[in-house]
Amino acid sequence: MATITTTKISETDLLIEEYGYDDHFHEHHDEDKFQSGFITTYIFSQDHKMIAKQFLITGMFWGVMGAMMSLVFRMQLGFPEESLMWLKPILGKWITVADGVGTLAPEFYYALVTIHGTVIVFFVLTAGLSGTFSNLLIPLQVGARDMASPLLNMLSYWFFFLAGAIMFASLFLSTGPFSGGWTAYPPLSALSQASAGSGAGMTMWTVSLVFFVVSVLLGGINYVTTVLNLRTKGMTMWRLPLTIWAFFITAILGILSFPVLVSAFFLLMCDRALQTSFFLSEIFVGGQALEHVGGSPILYQHLFWFLGHPEVYIIILPAMGIVSEVLSVHARKPIFGYRAMVYSILAIAFLSFIVWAHHMFMSGVNPFISNFFVIFTLIIAVPSAVKVFNWIATLYGGNIRFNAASLFSIGFVSMFISGGLTGIFLGNSAIDIQMHDTYFVVAHFHIVMGVAAFFGMFAGVYHWFPKMYARFMNETLGRIHFWGTLIGAYAVFWPMHYLGMAGVPRRYYSFDTFENFSHFANINKFITIAAVVVFALQVLFIINFFYSIFKGKKVTSRNPWGANTLEWTTPIEAGHGNWPGKIPAVQRWAYDYGKDGKDFISQIIPLSDGEKDNGDH
Amino acid sequence: MADTVVHEHHDEVEGGKWDGGQRPMDASYGKLMMWYFLVSDAFTFAGFLIAYGTIRFSMPAWPVPDFVFAKAPFLDGDWPLIFVTFMTFVLIISSVTMVRAVQEGARENKRGVVFWMALTIVGGATFLGCQAWEWNTMINGEGVTVTKDPFSSHLENGTYLSGEDLLAADYLAHHVHTSPVEGVDESEVFYYVKNGTKDIEENRFFVKRDHHGHYHAGESFAVKDPYLITYGHDSHIYEPAAFKDENGEILKERDGPIAFGSLFFFITGFHGFHVLSGVVFLIIIMINVASGLYAKRKNGYEMVEKIGLYWHFVDLVWVFVFLCFYLL
Repeated sequence: MATITTTKISETDLLIEEYGYDDHFHEHHDEDKFQSGFITTYIFSQDHKMIAKQFLITGMFWGVMGAMMSLVFRMQLGFPEESLMWLKPILGKWITVADGVGTLAPEFYYALVTIHGTVIVFFVLTAGLSGTFSNLLIPLQVGARDMASPLLNMLSYWFFFLAGAIMFASLFLSTGPFSGGWTAYPPLSALSQASAGSGAGMTMWTVSLVFFVVSVLLGGINYVTTVLNLRTKGMTMWRLPLTIWAFFITAILGILSFPVLVSAFFLLMCDRALQTSFFLSEIFVGGQALEHVGGSPILYQHLFWFLGHPEVYIIILPAMGIVSEVLSVHARKPIFGYRAMVYSILAIAFLSFIVWAHHMFMSGVNPFISNFFVIFTLIIAVPSAVKVFNWIATLYGGNIRFNAASLFSIGFVSMFISGGLTGIFLGNSAIDIQMHDTYFVVAHFHIVMGVAAFFGMFAGVYHWFPKMYARFMNETLGRIHFWGTLIGAYAVFWPMHYLGMAGVPRRYYSFDTFENFSHFANINKFITIAAVVVFALQVLFIINFFYSIFKGKKVTSRNPWGANTLEWTTPIEAGHGNWPGKIPAVQRWAYDYGKDGKDFISQIIPLSDGEKDNGDH
Repeated sequence: MADTVVHEHHDEVEGGKWDGGQRPMDASYGKLMMWYFLVSDAFTFAGFLIAYGTIRFSMPAWPVPDFVFAKAPFLDGDWPLIFVTFMTFVLIISSVTMVRAVQEGARENKRGVVFWMALTIVGGATFLGCQAWEWNTMINGEGVTVTKDPFSSHLENGTYLSGEDLLAADYLAHHVHTSPVEGVDESEVFYYVKNGTKDIEENRFFVKRDHHGHYHAGESFAVKDPYLITYGHDSHIYEPAAFKDENGEILKERDGPIAFGSLFFFITGFHGFHVLSGVVFLIIIMINVASGLYAKRKNGYEMVEKIGLYWHFVDLVWVFVFLCFYLL
């Protein structure tokens, strides 16, 4: 681990003083009103670093909730014969008891699957990942005092909190939370009589997600504006670290796709409350004909997936950005193909808007339209492969420091390859006829955007924990966490491919009545046991996280990883405004590792005579 | 104010516009944020209009706007699209007055900003008032609600018949009654012809039965109308238009697609909500202008410019809404 001597620290200050930009920030004396008391510092904070921590810890709460839900329904799938009486104190009436044997109520199984998907996709992997690291890193890495609008930034968190509170409250409804799948397709989502969770549960689900979209938009508008307008002197777009590129494009995706989800939700609300028929056609419920005529449930699917597919990239792009940065720092090598990495992010972002119907191959869309979506879906493999090869090339020949952060980054690449390859299967509409709605799909998206995105998030947490809390996380626990999770996640999701290829459908409560699936019982048991182990390892991570906040090894130098980016030029415990004096000016790109015989050259060090910047051309 | 915390440090560093330390598009962060918000809002409206297109073109029939939007206040008879033209004109003019307010702001002329903003608010409020009248006419006059559409239209598989066609086909002889008839199947079509004649060229009335079972004369329509559009108001019987199918059979058309009413009220309502919030913000900002708050900032009344962006956006959206519901 590179350590920096005291002289070097003052050298950083000297460089900032000499070349930096004086914005007279600390002469205003108005920053105190933002961090003057407990409430403005820890609760209604407008400081981006605190808001990032709020997003992270709230995201972790929802991560635990979502994971525990998955354990309960994995119990049902792995051990359908076992009594779940021991869950009765928590789940109450959702465990039905007959002859002393407790069984999970089928409608609650569906509610668990639904809420598991919703909270992991939106609350953990969107807010918890992009919300955390965009907030933490954008101002620090572009060299800004804070976000463009700290007030909107604070509101972004509190709308997220409100969304979470409503979703959490819906878990305690007597009719249960929404249970029609995280995609909330009508008619299950549109008719309150369609299922137990379709009534109040769905109402709260929708309201919660509308607030969540408000949060995403407030955050996203802020991120984009900050990256464009608040870059410090010398920070050209081609000198931005790849993290910032990823967050920037992610925010644009959010601004363009979430509003369409809101359109769908508003129309859905009308169908629910005002008896309109936007998404409902002639339909019978419980033998009774309803008055709804003329609507189109497929229309909802189009509107939903116009968000839903970019959402996949909203989840994975921040993880890619984090991994690019962490790999480069810990391989002590410049990222391979910086510009290719940026262009591939742009290409992925563009393509993500014209592939949504590949989620609907079996919904009855025209097969000729499917062709169009197949082609663009498969083209996404090209920029994705560019990124994968560049990560591998970055590692190649590097002087790699294997620690929790870099291991999780390498694990991300592994997961992204494994999950990405199965995406090519599913992107073909002909193969999708066999594969759709099976465990093959479950395996695919859990590996490629679930586990992979979590790996990116873990890499980010281990890497930037010193910046957040001025302490290190425990490295040994971190490595146990990594190896256990890597093996465990493959143990959970790899066998699901085989189930899927055999045609085992997803979202089924039980397979009792399907004789041809009965020989998969042992695989299901194995998956469930692996899931329990993986969950235990995440508990270990959470213990490590909170323990390290208070008792972790203290950071003694301001740049413990020997990284080039600007966040490591701030004091170890950066206050509001990030830099105590001037804002540093940027002199070079972010990836000068091992250049001219130097281990690393910070972005604030001027180019020497005749030296060419590798970012700008 | 939160926007005093973070200072964009522009104009003091040299280098290209995108080289950092500058505002690359010469726009403050607040203006950029307004633009990005408008982009996202445009996508919301796009979602609605795509839903409109999808549903409309999956329907065999769609009401003809000339018949639906034919009423105007203070005027008798049919004035197709006259009223909505007036509404649209008012809204567009309010954009012009908004431009003047922004211009006066750039000149740091407080009185001018207040004057032109006040006119803009009047324009916005007028539009909202017109919309209220239109909704009221639609719901209580024409009988269109989110679940009811008495206006039908042509079918793909049929040719519409005018009154003359029906007369020539001797259809009316069997189906037209000269006076209200008791005890008949309510799905039948009835025409009440004044003065006991069968002169449908002159006076034709639909008969409808109200919820007490009484028959009332409906409104007349001009015989040159290509479609026989129904005008049911508060009854449960809406007289369908007649058309000839592929086999030459004269058929009656049922109510129009209910999606018409739901889409109309939802999308114009969502737009109206935008206008309403725009008017509220305009009022707040006008008060702030009058109080001299923005004059102190010496930034050319940028807040007025930002709300101006929003206001023009709302106008622009109306153009698309207008196109979809009134012209197509």
